[in-house]
Amino acid sequence: MRHIISILMENEAGALSRVAGLFSARGYNIETLTVAPTEDPSLSRLTLVTRGSDDIIEQIKKQLNKLIDVVKLLDLSEGPHVEREMMLIKVKAEKTGREEAKRMADIFRANIIDVTDVSYVIELTGSSRKLDAFISAIDEANIVEVVRSGPTGIARGAKGLTL
Amino acid sequence: MELSGAEIVVQCLKDAGVEYVFGYPGGAVLHIYDAIFKQEDVRHILVRHEQGAAHAADGYARATGKPGVVLVTSGPGATNAVTGIATAYMDSIPMVVLTGQVPTPFIGSDAFQEVDTVGITRPCVKHNFLVKDVHDLAETMAKAFYIATSGRPGPVVVDIPKDVTDPNIKIPYSYPKRIKMRSYNPVTKGHPGQIKRAVDVILNAERPVVYAGGGVILDDASKYLIELAKLTNMPVTHTLMGLGAFPASDRQFIGMLGMHGTYEANMSMHEADVLVAVGARFDDRVTGKIEQFCPDATIIHIDIDPSSISKNVRVDIPIVGPVRAVLRDMVKVVEGHKKKPKKDALKAWWARIDGWRAVNCLKYDRNSALIKPQYAVETLHKVTKGDAYVCSDVGQHQMFAAQFYGFDKPRRWINSGGLGTMGFGLPAAMGVKIAHPKAEVALVTGEASIQMCIQELATCKQHDLPVKIMLLNNGYMGMVRQWQEFFYDSRYSHSYVDALPDFVHLAESFGHVGMKIEKPGDLEGAMKEAFGMKDRLVFMDVIVDPAENVYPMIEAGKGHHEMYLPPDSELV
Ligand SMILES: Cc1cc2nc3c(=O)[nH]c(=O)nc-3n(C[C@H](O)[C@H](O)[C@H](O)COP(=O)(O)OP(=O)(O)OC[C@H]3O[C@@H](n4cnc5c(N)ncnc54)[C@H](O)[C@@H]3O)c2cc1C
Ligand SMILES: Cc1ncc(C[n+]2csc(CCOP(=O)(O)OP(=O)(O)O)c2C)c(N)n1
Ligand SMILES: [Mg+2]
Repeated sequence: MRHIISILMENEAGALSRVAGLFSARGYNIETLTVAPTEDPSLSRLTLVTRGSDDIIEQIKKQLNKLIDVVKLLDLSEGPHVEREMMLIKVKAEKTGREEAKRMADIFRANIIDVTDVSYVIELTGSSRKLDAFISAIDEANIVEVVRSGPTGIARGAKGLTL
Repeated sequence: MELSGAEIVVQCLKDAGVEYVFGYPGGAVLHIYDAIFKQEDVRHILVRHEQGAAHAADGYARATGKPGVVLVTSGPGATNAVTGIATAYMDSIPMVVLTGQVPTPFIGSDAFQEVDTVGITRPCVKHNFLVKDVHDLAETMAKAFYIATSGRPGPVVVDIPKDVTDPNIKIPYSYPKRIKMRSYNPVTKGHPGQIKRAVDVILNAERPVVYAGGGVILDDASKYLIELAKLTNMPVTHTLMGLGAFPASDRQFIGMLGMHGTYEANMSMHEADVLVAVGARFDDRVTGKIEQFCPDATIIHIDIDPSSISKNVRVDIPIVGPVRAVLRDMVKVVEGHKKKPKKDALKAWWARIDGWRAVNCLKYDRNSALIKPQYAVETLHKVTKGDAYVCSDVGQHQMFAAQFYGFDKPRRWINSGGLGTMGFGLPAAMGVKIAHPKAEVALVTGEASIQMCIQELATCKQHDLPVKIMLLNNGYMGMVRQWQEFFYDSRYSHSYVDALPDFVHLAESFGHVGMKIEKPGDLEGAMKEAFGMKDRLVFMDVIVDPAENVYPMIEAGKGHHEMYLPPDSELV
């Protein structure tokens, strides 16, 4: 099963490599990883997506919690939550392709944030599935470059992952 | 008080109650060595190899429960210590390792003797720090001791760049009285509801077994383990790391379990209806094939580390907490319970266990013309009256020591279980002897293992550490040879230790006493003579049967009921 896990950790040099090292040393999957400081600059928030059986996910969470730098951890997949990923995609926009690219961006409610006479950069935010759908909706030959942030997420409702 | 970084390091050690540091100097730690030179409270033990420093500190920690402290230089000093750090990590031994680092402006420039110590040690420490500012030094040192010794203990590395210890920069010093970390709060008590559930299950058990490991020793919880076992009449088996927590001479002790465990321990595990796992981590040398592990048992597991629980084997009643507090609470609940243990069922259970005992799985040939290693260990027990600290290296001799010494007290059996590090024994024995100068400290070793840290014989000379070395010399990497005999049709590929030194002369050249013992009849007398030389290190080169194997044995990946027993055992 796919799990999206949110971690609050001390914003210390090397904290990220402890997380990354844990996954490689123990042979766990890590599909995506995003990290940035929070409103409290002494804390970083890290979101990762991993896959595994229930037993493995349980071990992953225990091992993460065991890292001294980890302050709090929440498995977002265990409750209602929202997830968003951001993508920047550069597409060819010449002659006929230009119209087509614009139309697709409109259908997906994406923004065109850079325009040259031969290309667009399109920004799209949404669930990872929506991003996948956009990529497959575009003619592969027209895609120049794709950058994805990896998903990040937050639990629904009043409670939050805070100290 | 204004101190330099180097002085802060030493003052922190004093404030943390450290008496001994095991180390080896070099460029990056010279400021610290100079500060050590100027005081007398913290004593420095100069080893001959940084691996030895780490093992010695580790042995000291195992024998006392206090953190072992290591001081080494950057680069090769740090990398040499890594094997010792990993050894301590695998067995959850509290240790603080101070490593020198190149000055902060040089970090990342491939400077002379620079390695990424924090990166290299990350997977084999409980935590590590790089101190970039002298103002953080005292707090970091205090955190290192707190983390190393609390919760599930383990080694902590503090990497200190040379400029941070600059003797010319003095800052105000105070040692933090209390450390509080928002990200690290080890549990101090078990959940009362879980404890009650566990006791209910124990009191309803008909075929219970207590499987107790290193956690009982690490938490000094023997007293409560014994109380619980006595109240409930449960049989107790130990892992290699747990030996001594429950007295081996007690009738309720059924021996070590696992790969080289006793027939009665492994059969009891296989037939148990309730398993009480206490501070043990279900290692593969213990469980064998997971699918066949304790097939009928309800499993209770007490462990301070949630990640130990249900890691390898699914547990029914987990209790997260320190062994000592949890067992103490359990004893209270048992005493106050209206239900009593099932007397008749336990009587029948003990009858079965005694039947397995009668197989006599540790039997060996007592009339052999060659010295049997088992006999050598039994003789060691006799001569030391079972009261020595026994250290060991890794191999057959380690298993024979574990099986035949019969440990009645905790912290008496000092060996590398998780990493299985050859070379551990001699330096560890030094650490134990420093901790307990009046006690007998024996090292049981093999001719291959001892050569991995033999240089420490010089340390023993310099610091007057009269340990007694019993080398069970079989001329083979016996443990390797045994596997090759069983599983590779006796193709002894590179397991013969050729070109052995003359150990008697070797010991003498280091200034010690050497003895060679070749006949069973000479052994006891020679050993008495050796232990009679109170202030000398005596190196006994005991020539043993080269063909002896360790029994019982469960092949890796097999079930507990599938044991190899000694060739002429009483079981058909
Ligand atoms: C050649 C060789 C052969 C071996 N053969 C065997 C064998 O036949 N049988 C055998 O048993 N082993 C054998 N071993 C050792 C084996 O590899 C493991 O090291 C050993 O089984 C682990 O012991 P343990 O489960 O007690 O765990 P330890 O490594 O001692 O771990 C302690 C456990 O207790 C927990 N703990 C620590 N502190 C506390 C506390 N305060 N409160 C609560 N819990 C705590 C920890 O979280 C951990 O889970 C062999 C090793 C070698 C080298
Ligand atoms: C550093 C290291 N290298 C290799 C091994 C693998 N190994 C385990 S036991 C053993 C042989 C030990 O031989 P010896 O010390 O003579 O002990 P014996 O088994 O003969 O009693 C070896 C090579 C190890 N445990 N540690
Ligand atoms: Mg040998």
